Amino acid sequence: MSDRVELLVGTKKGAFILESDAARRDWAVRGPFCETWPIHHLVRAGSDGTLYAAGGNAWYGPSVWRSEDDGATWSQSSTGLTYGDDEPKITTIWNLTPSNGTLYAGVEPAGLFRSDDRGQTWSHVAGLREHPSTPEWQPGNGGLCLHSIVPHPTDADRMWVGISAVGAFETTDGGTTWETRNRGVRADFVPGDPPEFGQCVHKMGLHPAHPDVLYQQNHCGVYRSDDGGRQWTEITPGLPSQFGFPMAIHPHDPSTIYVIPLNGDDKGRHMIDGHTQVWRSRDRGESWQSLDNGLPKRDAYLGVLREAMATDPLQPTGIYFGTSTGQVFGSADEGESWQLIADFLPPIWSVETSIANS
Amino acid sequence: MATVHLPRSLVTLFPDPPPRRLEMAAATLSDLIARLDEGWPGMLNRLCEPGPQIREHINVFVDGERVRDLDAALGPQAVVHIIPAVAGG
Repeated sequence: MSDRVELLVGTKKGAFILESDAARRDWAVRGPFCETWPIHHLVRAGSDGTLYAAGGNAWYGPSVWRSEDDGATWSQSSTGLTYGDDEPKITTIWNLTPSNGTLYAGVEPAGLFRSDDRGQTWSHVAGLREHPSTPEWQPGNGGLCLHSIVPHPTDADRMWVGISAVGAFETTDGGTTWETRNRGVRADFVPGDPPEFGQCVHKMGLHPAHPDVLYQQNHCGVYRSDDGGRQWTEITPGLPSQFGFPMAIHPHDPSTIYVIPLNGDDKGRHMIDGHTQVWRSRDRGESWQSLDNGLPKRDAYLGVLREAMATDPLQPTGIYFGTSTGQVFGSADEGESWQLIADFLPPIWSVETSIANS
Repeated sequence: MATVHLPRSLVTLFPDPPPRRLEMAAATLSDLIARLDEGWPGMLNRLCEPGPQIREHINVFVDGERVRDLDAALGPQAVVHIIPAVAGG
């Protein structure tokens, strides 16, 4: 038995799977899948490793694709993915997150759906959009998207979600009611003190070993919460920029996180001075180190979007990111050294990993 | 029987795809889409959005005339073309 490592890549023009062995040095590309639809997220879920891909097509609307034969054939369904005939129409799906046999979908305009039948039908987790703040939700540059779905690893009633330009919410009753979780997070784009909601979370997550510790890359800095999001502490100092999109947590070390700072929200949103760097903290954001060995150090004006960084669970951990111009970079040693493992893909929107024994 | 022409990008969304050209009995455009959805579940959601209404970038022509009304009547020899709008980049 040997490990087969997969990168599940969602792009503007279809889904792709990159495959390697445990050395993670040589990679093969399969795809495009899903009829080259725009795919925001590709994941494997369930004990059989079913592939699910989510996105939206300008002509045919939003849908979730499913393949039970490793990508050879696909079906798709959006049954139940609606707010109703008199409500806003759903344009696309940004995130798929499996939890306890349920598949959750975060959509645009922002809302949460769940499927308990492997993506064949969907039901609205209506409590979130019943929050009193909903009429005041305003889309940011990336739209009004629910992009982060963070289930509590042991308490099925608890979950956090992140919505761009709205902020973080938590439910402790299985999605019936939700509370804002943005205290301590800046919102530089509105005057006065930070509001209860309206913060622009870009990516949020937790490590299952420490479920009360949340991290988020925000439009206005990087933050950690030690109490399940009730209070956030800024951990931006030490980084070259407060702005970035993705955030990843080391799978074996809850104190280690990765971000990719970009030059700023009004400066092009690309690598600072064309120098490609991933930044790592091994102490929960108290200090940061630049990682650029093997990455382009000049003339590389790359962008990396919110879902486009992921880690694998091997030892040592692999870390990967995809760019808005179709490159995938990977490290098989926790970020100490990097290589370009794919080029010339369509603009990359998401990267996930999957490990299989072969 | 109405004659229906379907675009390649639509039929390929279904594991057992419909033919690109088929004949169906339907009194209205809505009936026709319902029949398509019976044969290929999910077809309705690909062609229509909440309202219900025909999706913004889907064009439907009945006997050569662009139609947006789902209640539009289909004659016994109607020819229906479903064509995605020119878009994208």
